[in-house]
Amino acid sequence: MKALIQNDTRPANAERAQANPYATPEVNIYETKDGYVLEAEMPGVNKDGLEITLEGHEITLTGRPANEVVSGETLFRERLGADYRRVFDLDPAIDTARISARMNQGVLFLTLPKSEAVKPRKIVVSE
Amino acid sequence: MNIVKWQRPTLTNWPGFGRLSDLRDEIDRLFESPLTELTRTSQLLSGWTPALDVHEDKNNFIVKAELPGMKREDIEVSLHDGTLSISGERKAETKHEDAEVYRAERFFGRFQRTVTLPAAVAADKVKAAYKDGVLTITLPKTEEAKPKQIDVSVN
Repeated sequence: MKALIQNDTRPANAERAQANPYATPEVNIYETKDGYVLEAEMPGVNKDGLEITLEGHEITLTGRPANEVVSGETLFRERLGADYRRVFDLDPAIDTARISARMNQGVLFLTLPKSEAVKPRKIVVSE
Repeated sequence: MNIVKWQRPTLTNWPGFGRLSDLRDEIDRLFESPLTELTRTSQLLSGWTPALDVHEDKNNFIVKAELPGMKREDIEVSLHDGTLSISGERKAETKHEDAEVYRAERFFGRFQRTVTLPAAVAADKVKAAYKDGVLTITLPKTEEAKPKQIDVSVN
Protein backbone atom coordinates (compact mmCIF):
# COMPACT_ATOMS: atom_id res chain seq x y z
CA MET A 1 0.00 0.00 0.00
CA LYS A 2 1.24 3.40 -0.83
CA ALA A 3 1.37 5.99 1.91
CA LEU A 4 0.78 9.54 0.85
CA ILE A 5 1.02 12.93 2.37
CA GLN A 6 -2.40 13.20 3.86
CA ASN A 7 -4.36 16.26 4.56
CA ASP A 8 -5.58 17.46 7.94
CA THR A 9 -5.61 14.17 9.76
CA ARG A 10 -5.81 15.66 13.23
CA PRO A 11 -9.23 15.35 14.90
CA ALA A 12 -11.10 17.24 12.24
CA ASN A 13 -14.18 18.17 14.20
CA ALA A 14 -12.33 19.52 17.20
CA GLU A 15 -10.35 21.66 14.80
CA ARG A 16 -13.42 23.07 13.13
CA ALA A 17 -15.42 23.52 16.31
CA GLN A 18 -13.45 26.60 17.18
CA ALA A 19 -14.04 29.42 14.78
CA ASN A 20 -11.37 29.07 12.15
CA PRO A 21 -9.47 32.33 11.86
CA TYR A 22 -7.09 30.89 9.28
CA ALA A 23 -7.13 30.84 5.53
CA THR A 24 -6.29 27.53 3.89
CA PRO A 25 -3.46 27.92 1.41
CA GLU A 26 -3.88 26.16 -1.91
CA VAL A 27 -1.29 23.45 -2.39
CA ASN A 28 0.20 21.23 -5.02
CA ILE A 29 1.88 18.02 -3.91
CA TYR A 30 4.08 15.86 -6.09
CA GLU A 31 5.92 12.66 -5.38
CA THR A 32 9.10 11.75 -7.16
CA LYS A 33 11.36 8.82 -6.53
CA ASP A 34 13.52 10.94 -4.22
CA GLY A 35 10.73 12.45 -2.16
CA TYR A 36 7.86 14.87 -2.14
CA VAL A 37 7.54 18.48 -3.23
CA LEU A 38 4.86 20.65 -1.68
CA GLU A 39 3.97 24.11 -2.99
CA ALA A 40 1.69 26.33 -0.90
CA GLU A 41 0.30 29.73 -1.88
CA MET A 42 0.60 32.35 0.84
CA PRO A 43 0.53 35.76 -0.83
CA GLY A 44 1.85 38.53 1.41
CA VAL A 45 3.99 36.18 3.49
CA ASN A 46 7.75 36.48 3.44
CA LYS A 47 10.47 34.36 5.01
CA ASP A 48 10.04 36.02 8.41
CA GLY A 49 6.32 35.37 8.61
CA LEU A 50 6.65 31.69 7.93
CA GLU A 51 6.58 29.06 10.62
CA ILE A 52 6.97 25.36 9.96
CA THR A 53 6.64 22.99 12.89
CA LEU A 54 7.07 19.28 12.96
CA GLU A 55 5.60 17.03 15.60
CA GLY A 56 6.30 13.40 14.98
CA HIS A 57 5.03 12.91 11.46
CA GLU A 58 2.70 15.87 11.47
CA ILE A 59 3.81 19.06 9.80
CA THR A 60 2.10 22.41 10.36
CA LEU A 61 2.59 25.28 7.95
CA THR A 62 1.71 28.72 9.28
CA GLY A 63 2.15 31.95 7.35
CA ARG A 64 1.59 35.43 8.71
CA PRO A 65 1.36 38.15 6.08
CA ALA A 66 3.67 41.09 6.65
CA ASN A 67 1.82 44.10 7.97
CA GLU A 68 0.61 46.40 5.27
CA VAL A 69 0.10 50.02 6.04
CA VAL A 70 -2.84 51.27 4.07
CA SER A 71 -4.06 54.78 4.60
CA GLY A 72 -7.45 56.08 3.66
CA GLU A 73 -10.59 54.05 3.21
CA THR A 74 -11.27 50.69 1.63
CA LEU A 75 -13.54 50.80 -1.39
CA PHE A 76 -13.48 47.15 -2.25
CA ARG A 77 -12.23 44.12 -0.38
CA GLU A 78 -11.74 40.53 -1.46
CA ARG A 79 -8.50 39.57 0.20
CA LEU A 80 -9.04 37.65 3.41
CA GLY A 81 -6.10 39.17 5.23
CA ALA A 82 -6.00 36.18 7.59
CA ASP A 83 -3.03 34.08 8.59
CA TYR A 84 -2.54 30.91 6.58
CA ARG A 85 -2.44 27.51 8.16
CA ARG A 86 -2.58 23.92 7.02
CA VAL A 87 -1.60 20.63 8.63
CA PHE A 88 -0.34 17.54 6.84
CA ASP A 89 0.42 14.06 7.97
CA LEU A 90 3.69 12.92 6.51
CA ASP A 91 4.58 9.65 4.88
CA PRO A 92 6.79 7.90 7.48
CA ALA A 93 9.31 7.32 4.70
CA ILE A 94 10.18 11.02 4.73
CA ASP A 95 13.50 11.85 6.33
CA THR A 96 12.25 14.70 8.53
CA ALA A 97 15.78 15.84 9.35
CA ARG A 98 16.38 16.80 5.72
CA ILE A 99 13.20 18.75 5.00
CA SER A 100 14.03 22.07 3.40
CA ALA A 101 11.94 25.12 2.55
CA ARG A 102 12.20 28.24 0.47
CA MET A 103 9.87 31.12 -0.21
CA ASN A 104 9.44 32.84 -3.55
CA GLN A 105 6.92 35.63 -4.17
CA GLY A 106 4.38 34.30 -1.71
CA VAL A 107 4.77 30.64 -2.61
CA LEU A 108 6.33 28.19 -0.18
CA PHE A 109 8.32 25.37 -1.74
CA LEU A 110 8.87 22.51 0.63
CA THR A 111 11.18 19.63 -0.27
CA LEU A 112 10.61 16.44 1.69
CA PRO A 113 13.22 13.83 0.81
CA LYS A 114 12.64 10.15 1.45
CA SER A 115 15.15 8.45 3.67
CA GLU A 116 17.76 6.42 1.83
CA ALA A 117 16.52 3.17 3.34
CA VAL A 118 13.14 3.30 1.60
CA LYS A 119 14.23 4.44 -1.83
CA PRO A 120 13.72 1.81 -4.49
CA ARG A 121 17.05 0.40 -5.42
CA LYS A 122 18.22 -2.01 -7.97
CA ILE A 123 19.75 -5.23 -6.79
CA VAL A 124 22.43 -6.47 -9.10
CA VAL A 125 22.34 -10.17 -9.68
CA SER A 126 25.74 -11.70 -9.65
CA GLU A 127 26.35 -14.93 -11.46
CA MET B 1 10.38 -19.90 1.22
CA ASN B 2 8.82 -16.53 2.06
CA ILE B 3 11.02 -13.61 2.94
CA VAL B 4 8.12 -11.70 4.45
CA LYS B 5 5.21 -13.37 6.11
CA TRP B 6 2.06 -12.94 4.06
CA GLN B 7 -0.66 -11.05 5.86
CA ARG B 8 -4.30 -10.91 5.03
CA PRO B 9 -5.05 -7.34 3.94
CA THR B 10 -7.11 -5.64 6.61
CA LEU B 11 -10.20 -3.62 5.87
CA THR B 12 -8.63 -0.35 6.92
CA ASN B 13 -6.22 -0.70 4.04
CA TRP B 14 -9.02 -0.73 1.55
CA PRO B 15 -8.65 2.49 -0.40
CA GLY B 16 -12.39 3.07 -0.66
CA PHE B 17 -12.84 4.19 2.90
CA GLY B 18 -10.14 6.81 2.81
CA ARG B 19 -11.55 8.27 -0.36
CA LEU B 20 -15.04 8.32 1.01
CA SER B 21 -14.12 10.14 4.19
CA ASP B 22 -12.07 12.61 2.12
CA LEU B 23 -15.17 13.36 0.10
CA ARG B 24 -17.23 13.77 3.24
CA ASP B 25 -14.63 16.18 4.62
CA GLU B 26 -14.75 18.20 1.41
CA ILE B 27 -18.53 18.46 1.58
CA ASP B 28 -18.38 19.43 5.26
CA ARG B 29 -15.88 22.10 4.43
CA LEU B 30 -18.02 23.41 1.61
CA PHE B 31 -20.92 24.03 3.96
CA GLU B 32 -18.84 25.51 6.73
CA SER B 33 -16.57 27.82 4.80
CA PRO B 34 -17.45 31.48 4.52
CA LEU B 35 -18.85 32.81 1.28
CA THR B 36 -15.57 34.28 0.16
CA GLU B 37 -13.99 30.85 0.18
CA LEU B 38 -16.90 29.40 -1.72
CA THR B 39 -16.42 31.89 -4.50
CA ARG B 40 -12.77 30.98 -4.52
CA THR B 41 -13.68 27.31 -4.92
CA SER B 42 -15.60 28.17 -8.04
CA GLN B 43 -12.34 29.16 -9.69
CA LEU B 44 -12.00 25.47 -10.50
CA LEU B 45 -14.61 26.08 -13.15
CA SER B 46 -13.92 29.62 -14.19
CA GLY B 47 -10.14 29.84 -14.12
CA TRP B 48 -8.25 32.12 -11.80
CA THR B 49 -9.69 35.26 -10.25
CA PRO B 50 -6.94 36.76 -8.08
CA ALA B 51 -8.29 38.44 -4.95
CA LEU B 52 -8.09 42.21 -5.11
CA ASP B 53 -8.52 45.17 -2.74
CA VAL B 54 -9.04 48.82 -3.66
CA HIS B 55 -8.22 51.60 -1.22
CA GLU B 56 -8.51 55.34 -1.56
CA ASP B 57 -6.72 58.09 0.31
CA LYS B 58 -6.61 61.80 -0.33
CA ASN B 59 -4.18 61.65 -3.23
CA ASN B 60 -4.20 58.09 -4.54
CA PHE B 61 -6.10 54.97 -5.35
CA ILE B 62 -4.24 51.89 -4.20
CA VAL B 63 -5.02 48.52 -5.77
CA LYS B 64 -3.57 45.36 -4.25
CA ALA B 65 -3.85 42.00 -5.98
CA GLU B 66 -2.73 38.59 -4.76
CA LEU B 67 -0.61 37.01 -7.46
CA PRO B 68 1.62 34.49 -5.71
CA GLY B 69 4.42 32.79 -7.60
CA MET B 70 4.59 34.99 -10.67
CA LYS B 71 7.52 36.44 -12.56
CA ARG B 72 7.55 40.21 -12.84
CA GLU B 73 7.73 40.08 -16.61
CA ASP B 74 4.60 37.92 -16.79
CA ILE B 75 2.43 40.57 -15.15
CA GLU B 76 0.78 43.16 -17.39
CA VAL B 77 -0.81 46.30 -16.02
CA SER B 78 -2.61 48.75 -18.27
CA LEU B 79 -4.85 51.76 -17.91
CA HIS B 80 -7.41 52.75 -20.47
CA ASP B 81 -10.20 55.30 -20.09
CA GLY B 82 -10.17 55.11 -16.31
CA THR B 83 -10.23 51.33 -16.30
CA LEU B 84 -7.31 49.50 -14.77
CA SER B 85 -6.55 46.10 -16.16
CA ILE B 86 -4.29 43.51 -14.55
CA SER B 87 -3.54 40.44 -16.57
CA GLY B 88 -0.85 37.89 -17.11
CA GLU B 89 0.07 34.28 -17.15
CA ARG B 90 1.29 32.14 -14.32
CA LYS B 91 3.61 29.33 -15.30
CA ALA B 92 4.70 26.43 -13.16
CA GLU B 93 8.13 27.18 -11.73
CA THR B 94 9.30 23.61 -12.00
CA LYS B 95 8.10 20.83 -14.22
CA HIS B 96 7.16 17.60 -12.51
CA GLU B 97 6.86 15.32 -15.47
CA ASP B 98 7.71 11.94 -14.01
CA ALA B 99 6.14 12.80 -10.68
CA GLU B 100 2.92 11.52 -9.27
CA VAL B 101 0.46 14.30 -8.46
CA TYR B 102 -1.32 14.10 -5.13
CA ARG B 103 -2.85 17.53 -5.02
CA ALA B 104 -3.26 20.12 -7.72
CA GLU B 105 -5.09 23.10 -6.27
CA ARG B 106 -2.92 25.85 -7.72
CA PHE B 107 -4.01 27.42 -10.96
CA PHE B 108 -1.64 27.91 -13.85
CA GLY B 109 -2.51 29.86 -16.96
CA ARG B 110 -3.90 33.22 -17.98
CA PHE B 111 -5.97 35.54 -15.85
CA GLN B 112 -7.41 39.01 -16.14
CA ARG B 113 -9.07 41.44 -13.79
CA THR B 114 -10.34 44.92 -14.47
CA VAL B 115 -11.23 47.73 -12.09
CA THR B 116 -13.12 50.86 -13.06
CA LEU B 117 -11.68 53.72 -11.05
CA PRO B 118 -14.17 56.13 -9.50
CA ALA B 119 -12.17 59.26 -10.40
CA ALA B 120 -9.59 60.40 -12.92
CA VAL B 121 -5.96 59.38 -12.35
CA ALA B 122 -2.70 60.67 -13.77
CA ALA B 123 -1.83 57.80 -16.08
CA ASP B 124 1.83 58.83 -16.41
CA LYS B 125 2.39 58.70 -12.65
CA VAL B 126 1.03 55.24 -11.96
CA LYS B 127 3.46 53.00 -10.07
CA ALA B 128 3.38 49.25 -9.59
CA ALA B 129 5.41 47.08 -7.22
CA TYR B 130 5.47 43.32 -6.81
CA LYS B 131 6.57 41.88 -3.48
CA ASP B 132 5.87 38.63 -1.62
CA GLY B 133 3.33 37.67 -4.27
CA VAL B 134 1.28 40.82 -3.87
CA LEU B 135 1.03 43.41 -6.63
CA THR B 136 0.51 46.96 -5.38
CA ILE B 137 -0.52 49.62 -7.87
CA THR B 138 -0.57 53.25 -6.78
CA LEU B 139 -2.61 55.55 -9.00
CA PRO B 140 -2.31 59.26 -8.17
CA LYS B 141 -5.50 61.26 -8.70
CA THR B 142 -5.43 64.16 -11.10
CA GLU B 143 -5.49 67.60 -9.52
CA GLU B 144 -9.12 68.02 -10.56
CA ALA B 145 -10.14 64.81 -8.85
CA LYS B 146 -8.53 65.61 -5.51
CA PRO B 147 -10.77 66.88 -2.76
CA LYS B 148 -10.31 70.59 -2.24
CA GLN B 149 -10.48 72.68 0.83
CA ILE B 150 -12.35 75.87 0.12
CA ASP B 151 -11.80 78.67 2.51
CA VAL B 152 -14.83 80.78 2.98
CA SER B 153 -14.16 84.08 4.54
CA VAL B 154 -16.94 85.44 6.64
CA ASN B 155 -17.13 89.14 7.08
